[in-house]
Amino acid sequence: MRLERELACQEVVELVTAYLEDSLSPEDRERFEEHLVFCDGCQNYLAQMRDTIAATGRVPPGALPAGLEERLLEAFRGWRAS
Amino acid sequence: MEQVLSPHDARLLEGLRAGDEAAFVALMREYGAGMLRVAMMYVSSRAVAEEVVQEAWLGVLRGIGRFEGRSSLKTWLFRIVANTAKTRGMRESRSIPFSSLGDDTGGEPTVDPDRFLGSGERFPGHWAVPPQAWAPEGRLLSQETIDVIEREIDRLPAAQRAVITMRDVQGFTSEEVCNALDLSETNQRVLLHRARAKVRGALEEYMR
Ligand SMILES: [Zn+2]
Repeated sequence: MRLERELACQEVVELVTAYLEDSLSPEDRERFEEHLVFCDGCQNYLAQMRDTIAATGRVPPGALPAGLEERLLEAFRGWRAS
Repeated sequence: MEQVLSPHDARLLEGLRAGDEAAFVALMREYGAGMLRVAMMYVSSRAVAEEVVQEAWLGVLRGIGRFEGRSSLKTWLFRIVANTAKTRGMRESRSIPFSSLGDDTGGEPTVDPDRFLGSGERFPGHWAVPPQAWAPEGRLLSQETIDVIEREIDRLPAAQRAVITMRDVQGFTSEEVCNALDLSETNQRVLLHRARAKVRGALEEYMR
């Protein structure tokens, strides 16, 4: 079913991830894209979500607490010796 | 069964099976912290989560001979830690498998409602305070930006933190996350959306 009403920006921002994941129905995808054509604010929002995803991709995986890394290594050596 | 193992995974797997410590260290440094975040979804304390991660790695080592490569190596690792943590969480008698999932998937808006026009306005729900375009590149690529993102991810509820870590930091596909954590596609997406929206908000503050 297609709603004739236009999307409001407040709805668009909640659909951004579904849009990027390609999980909107073809109709909703069309409404989403139609909205973007005339809305600078939502264009910026979408661009910022894309920038956010790209920047998060540059975050390193993170370090384990030193004690845990040590315990894991010991476990590995124990397993190898067994 | 289709083999989905990448050459990189295949090498690490071979190294691990041969008892190569460098292969183990490489895997642990790549995925260990992310696995700890997944464990935090299901148990009540950091200390217990660390025990879960240790138990999970032992499971990985004991099971490595049987791993058939039907999923990627990282999906398998994260599935083991998720299952280990769930079991441990149940023993801790936390009645709800994900402490934070209930709150995380609720319908609250991810953008401050004050930024939109109210129902009395001519265009209700449209931007009152629209986001301003970010200055190109430079600042986004800085170490400070990375720090802002890391701090914000640390502040997220556990399930959101685990999902954004897997998707956007470690590069899992949505299917891999759903598979490893036993989440529906919708729940996965909602958690990811909420997490990304908060990180975007933190970056917006920083970019001003
Ligand atoms: Zn809009």
